Amino acid sequence: MTTRSDRRGAVARPRPRARGLRDGDASPHSAAALKLERTWRDKPGLIGWLSANGHKRIGLRFVFTALCFFGAAGVMGGLMRHQLASADGHLVGPDFYNQLFTMHGTTMMFLFAVPVMQGVALYVVPLMIGARNTAFPRMSACAYWLYLFGGLLLFGGFALNTGPDAGWFAYVPLAGPQYGIGKRADIWNMLVTYSEATGLMVAVDITTTILKLRAPGMSLRLMPLFVWASLVTSLMIIFAMPMVMLAANLVQFDRMLGTHFFNPAEGGDALLWQHLFWFFGHPEVYFIFIPALGFVSAILPTFARRPVVGHDAIVLSLIATGFLSFGLWVHHMFATNLPELGKSFFTAMSFMIAIPTALQIFCWIATIAAGRLVLKSPMWFVLGFFVILLIGGLTGIMLGSVPLDLQVHDSYFVVAHLHYVLIGGAVFPLLGAICYWFPKVTGRMLNERLARWQFWLFFIGVNLTFFPLHILGLMGMPRRIYTYGPETGWGTLSLLSAAGQVINDLSMLLFVINIVRSLWKGERAGADPWQAGTLEWSLPSPPSACNFLVLPVVRSREPLWAPPAEVNNVSGLSAEIREGLTTTVLHAVPDTRYAYPRPEIWPFVAAVSVTAWLVWSVWSVPGFAWGLIPPAVAFIAWYWPNRKEAVEEVSWEIEP
Amino acid sequence: MNGLHDVRLPAGPQAAALAELWTIMLWVCVLVFVLAMAALAISIRRAASNRHEGKAPAAIDTSRVSTLQRWIGGGVAASSLLLFGLLFASFRADRALAALSLQGAVHIDLTAHQFWWEARYEPHEPMLTFATANELHVPVGQPVLMRLRSDDVIHSFWVPSLAGKKDLIPGRETTLAYRADRAGVYRGQCAEFCGYQHAHMAIVVIAEPPDDYARWLETQRRPAVAPSSAEERRGRDLVEQTSCAMCHAINGTRARGQRAPDLTHLATRGSLGAGVLPNTYAARIDWVNDPHRFKPGVNMPPLTAAPSDLAAISAYLGALR
Repeated sequence: MTTRSDRRGAVARPRPRARGLRDGDASPHSAAALKLERTWRDKPGLIGWLSANGHKRIGLRFVFTALCFFGAAGVMGGLMRHQLASADGHLVGPDFYNQLFTMHGTTMMFLFAVPVMQGVALYVVPLMIGARNTAFPRMSACAYWLYLFGGLLLFGGFALNTGPDAGWFAYVPLAGPQYGIGKRADIWNMLVTYSEATGLMVAVDITTTILKLRAPGMSLRLMPLFVWASLVTSLMIIFAMPMVMLAANLVQFDRMLGTHFFNPAEGGDALLWQHLFWFFGHPEVYFIFIPALGFVSAILPTFARRPVVGHDAIVLSLIATGFLSFGLWVHHMFATNLPELGKSFFTAMSFMIAIPTALQIFCWIATIAAGRLVLKSPMWFVLGFFVILLIGGLTGIMLGSVPLDLQVHDSYFVVAHLHYVLIGGAVFPLLGAICYWFPKVTGRMLNERLARWQFWLFFIGVNLTFFPLHILGLMGMPRRIYTYGPETGWGTLSLLSAAGQVINDLSMLLFVINIVRSLWKGERAGADPWQAGTLEWSLPSPPSACNFLVLPVVRSREPLWAPPAEVNNVSGLSAEIREGLTTTVLHAVPDTRYAYPRPEIWPFVAAVSVTAWLVWSVWSVPGFAWGLIPPAVAFIAWYWPNRKEAVEEVSWEIEP
Repeated sequence: MNGLHDVRLPAGPQAAALAELWTIMLWVCVLVFVLAMAALAISIRRAASNRHEGKAPAAIDTSRVSTLQRWIGGGVAASSLLLFGLLFASFRADRALAALSLQGAVHIDLTAHQFWWEARYEPHEPMLTFATANELHVPVGQPVLMRLRSDDVIHSFWVPSLAGKKDLIPGRETTLAYRADRAGVYRGQCAEFCGYQHAHMAIVVIAEPPDDYARWLETQRRPAVAPSSAEERRGRDLVEQTSCAMCHAINGTRARGQRAPDLTHLATRGSLGAGVLPNTYAARIDWVNDPHRFKPGVNMPPLTAAPSDLAAISAYLGALR
């Protein structure tokens, strides 16, 4: 499907009545290009920095902050492995250990994995679909600040010995009013509220961007697979996140107001929390995994030097995975007294979700077979992904079986499984994606030799750390214990695992060194160092503030690999205001002109006031009500119409 | 206390059915892994021999793609069939678990507390019932039916060599049935995170021949033996007069607390504090004096008493056979 020429013509040749500078020249030194650069640049100074709403900046902030949290949670994981390296370890005590594993899980799931994937999507998606910004950039800006403040609240609590200690799943009644004493569980509930609000806001932004801001001609059939993965993930987040926000608030009502949603003595139900939590919690694994599948589908064709085999099959697999992932949650609850027949249904569902993933793996293997492989560092991480994810997926099938799960559930076997899935299925592709897009973001290449060292150390380290844990689980070692006696015989394999963790640390150290060194004196990248096919590689590295000096017209899935076409861009948009083009959802036919929101301080102010409200409500019940006033003021101010801007925007419009 | 605890070393029909399922799953998964890795290796080799230097990527010939698509279809079909096979194996194991005959089963009510296990044998027979803690005895070859409850938070009962785990959930009653076919000591510990001392909540199941089991039952039903020396008598008086009696029960004495493990036959048990210390004279003194040294956060308060008093208490507890 290509753009209809009459529509394109209407946009491409503005009537002479239009005022002001218009885009239309792809040369970076033209007057329009310079004007565009000025229009899209963030305002200077601290206020400008806090108001910035460019998708590249917000995306990078998300990725950078999430990687910092990843480092912190990794250190906690290392502490745990060293505490358990021998029987009767004395590195940390039970109270600190319980906080450690709760913080490790919470940070990795809520503050690293989901935000980092959303951050990459915020950065890459508009570049891949030919948009100048995301649809609701102020909302994403606000989401970033909320995310940062939520994370700081959690770590602040931890620093003050008020870190949550009931596990990242916070089962009631352990996290309820009677057994979760102090403010620890309250802080966890607030963190969940923050991070889910963040995820939801970014998901709405990404969904709208993908559906409405694609370049003319980029019908859904021509949309890159990474964009598909981002779309499926965002839609899943929109369905799943409200569930856990609601559930966390019910626990908070139990704790704060004395309701009895989860109190069996008063007619509540302790299992209700598990249903609500896992109805979100299982899809959450796929919020992390599906974007990673998107990374693989972006990286692999570039290094196999051909379009992916089975594009449509992969799209359908992504969508199927998204749907099926909502039908698995009970496999976290097989050891409870739910009806046996119902559990069997969830076994079948858990097995079924393996099929779309298997299909994608086969498609990628076929792509390699039909291509000519260029083994650069991003591709090494993709190959590592194949090996480690496959092991994690196979143990996942074992865990999906009701009877076998009764043996391995909540044992170290599950710890091994989930680390294989999340490291193999998300961290390896993420590291690959960072190697892949680093030149686009910074204009400089990562050092290839260091990146390969990092890959091999991480590959060996991950297997050494987590493979022995499978066996420990079969040997009867339960999760979340801070110590064990020598008579259990768990010491040798635990020591091996701790040794593997040291190798992982070395690998991550190399990663940091490589990034810092490459930022400083890496080789210049140029626009398209990998000779890739998608639109982001048509831009200079790093891209200019407005991304596209003229909006491209797309006619194939890999526009940069296609022969040059007669008309390959749309021009005539204003260079004086932040203007873009919306297109129709299915076929990406130009629809309306869209004035992107300007940078404002209000998203930041709103995030600060919401934070104040949430923190206040932890310590005071009236604060829950009164604390709502500042956010209300901030949001009203944010949405207050600005007459001058409205008049200006109307004046740049062209009558049809 | 030491004991067997391994999914792969079953000692009864429930764990054996699961170990068999594990073996099937393991070998099918190993096969799939090997095949997938072989496919990846072959495709990488082929890609290395595909030299089309200089050609633009999109211009690569697509003639081989239809063959590859057939391979993809075949792979998906084979995966689906294998998954159906595993599903069948899983349902078969489910059936095997449900097939355990409960004829003449030993009934035990198991209640989990932070951080210990309370067991009540024959709960429906007021004349025969008795309570014990952290150590179960079961007869070899006879099924055991446990009713599982929790007194506080969620716990999980897991003795890997006998059966899969089952959660103990406040406000809900769950059941677990198993049978030990070989005499031995089978170890387990709480498998659902239950708070501060989740790590120290062990339980052992001692499977013994029916005669030994009957003797054990006989012993447990009797009230506590009377102290036989002056030292032991002093120990009993101390237990009755200090804070011990507020939580612990010793049948036949004035200690009738219901918040902590029943001590009527403490000397027949192998460990203290749900598997933290061996049940020896010296360990009992240390434990009573300051349990938080060994199990920080345990609900038992330390007992400040003279060393001679602690020794008397330990001597008395050691006599409770």
